[in-house]
Amino acid sequence: MSKKNVMVFIEQAEKKIADVSLELICKANELASQLGVSVEAVALGSDMRNELSALGHYGCETVYYVDDKRLAHFTSIPYARTIVSVIKKHEPQIVLFGATVSGRDVAPRVASELKCGLTADCTDLQIGEHKSKGKVWENTLLQIRPAFGGNIVATIVSPESIPSMATVREGVMKMDEPDTSKSVKIVDEKCELSDEEFLTEVIEAVREEKSVNLKAAQIIVAAGMGVSSPESMGFVKDLAKALGAEVGGSRAVVDAGLLNHDHQVGQTGTTVRPNLYIACGISGQIQHRAGMDESKRIIAINNDPQAPIFDIAHYGIIGDVNDVIPKMIKGYRSKI
Amino acid sequence: MSGLKMIVLVKQVPDTHNVTGDAMKPDGTVNRLALPAIFNPEDLNALEEALKIKETVGGTITVITMGPPKAAEVLKDCLYLGADDVILVTDRRFAAADTLATSYALKCAIERVGEFDLILGGRQAIDGDTAQVGPQTAEKLGINQFTCVNEILEVNNNSITARRSIDGGYEIVSSKFPALLTVTSEANEPRSPSVKRVMAYKKSTVQTEETVGEKFVQQSDNGQIKYIREWNVETIQADPEQCGLSGSPTKVKKVQNVVLTAKDIKFIPDTESEISNLMHELIDEHIIG
Repeated sequence: MSKKNVMVFIEQAEKKIADVSLELICKANELASQLGVSVEAVALGSDMRNELSALGHYGCETVYYVDDKRLAHFTSIPYARTIVSVIKKHEPQIVLFGATVSGRDVAPRVASELKCGLTADCTDLQIGEHKSKGKVWENTLLQIRPAFGGNIVATIVSPESIPSMATVREGVMKMDEPDTSKSVKIVDEKCELSDEEFLTEVIEAVREEKSVNLKAAQIIVAAGMGVSSPESMGFVKDLAKALGAEVGGSRAVVDAGLLNHDHQVGQTGTTVRPNLYIACGISGQIQHRAGMDESKRIIAINNDPQAPIFDIAHYGIIGDVNDVIPKMIKGYRSKI
Repeated sequence: MSGLKMIVLVKQVPDTHNVTGDAMKPDGTVNRLALPAIFNPEDLNALEEALKIKETVGGTITVITMGPPKAAEVLKDCLYLGADDVILVTDRRFAAADTLATSYALKCAIERVGEFDLILGGRQAIDGDTAQVGPQTAEKLGINQFTCVNEILEVNNNSITARRSIDGGYEIVSSKFPALLTVTSEANEPRSPSVKRVMAYKKSTVQTEETVGEKFVQQSDNGQIKYIREWNVETIQADPEQCGLSGSPTKVKKVQNVVLTAKDIKFIPDTESEISNLMHELIDEHIIG
């Protein structure tokens, strides 16, 4: 009989397991221990048995592995149908996907086929109770995400959905230290799909290094719409250069074309935890804060004293970034 | 009939950058009337791709939107831009639908339209940012999908080749029709409405189609008034149980306005000496080096 475990979809590119999948296994451990169940995973690929052993180090007990040459590279329908068949067979109560391009492509198809609930881009997951119309559901998945332009945080439940499903962005959940003494049980599953179900021809796949690695940055100087001109962006870049920092930005700045998406911090960008985060002209909408509020020190520069960024900053400077940044550079240089 | 039969899915969305406190109803759903409503930006990119295909390969464009009666506004915009036929799927029973119930209703409406080669939509709508309705509609129709399409490279009478984002790069993929594509803002710069078409269609009105199976005669395209078709649960032969709130497995349990407990913030006066002191403090603490 099934134990109604917590399942994580393992995303891989050229056999390399995505960080977000390992982060989700760590979060799944927390949820599973509250529920008294274990963590399992579903992995699709070809010839990647060795790579799967790392899943055990993060606390995954069992991985259902579908080895098929046709599944080496992600395509929507074959992945969705294969994941659905594994879910139907093993009946997890929760299934988690990374909110990557592939995760956001396949998870909705899986949810649609199973007619179950799916919440995108959760910033937290908890186990709790839900009451509605005289009914009580114990131990249901609380799916927490900013919504509606970030002005609210919504807790979503899908109590009658088996399983409950959610996607989570990379970097949102913390990765625990791996314990190499722990191992994972690999259970082989078959891909039952006919060749006719492989409708996508992948002509070329190109992966490039990101132009910036915000996750690894110790210092980030980030620009918001208070830095709306190329001139002020020049100040931000100068400060970053002086401090040996990376440049980040809010969604508005990326949408305005002042920085490319690799630089975006926040719910729909990268989640960062640097030693120092300097928010230049960033108002501090919740989606942005969700991606940086665990920074160890936050300096906020904004000419609006009411800007919500000041609620989470350690240091606040009320002023124009074009005036403040040169003073910071000068002050820094005077000491070094 | 030559050319491709295209369907474009669009949505009228609240302008989420201007949300006021009373924009949420007590049940946690959005009070759209409290906000300015706009054409979801990436849906305009999807329509633009359809218009480009129509110009190069030939074909017809049917636009479908689901929403309140007011959503007819975006359909008028579609007529101005070059859509051939526009359909408003509206019914109180569709209200409060999550992505699953929405995609079910869209699937029913698409089946009512009939045969198609290609469905296009924006990657995601700015009110929810879920990017789920496209893939879920494709699944319900049992057709292939490409999400996050940045460029359509080639279209012919039976297949499409596109470049789409993947994590850390891109891929070039090809599929036979039928297929559903979701398009990003990178794909194109949407055109402006044609003055001629605005003059022709500004008086277009919503025409309810009550009877299932009734043949609707369209006005010709030569400058006369054009109808925006309006379909309800019965017209698209949808199961009411699978629509709206009852068809939605996800429920909003709780909505909180964002109130953050302010940390012990230290305000630094905007003077050269104070800012210099801050930088020195950070250096002394080895935060910066």
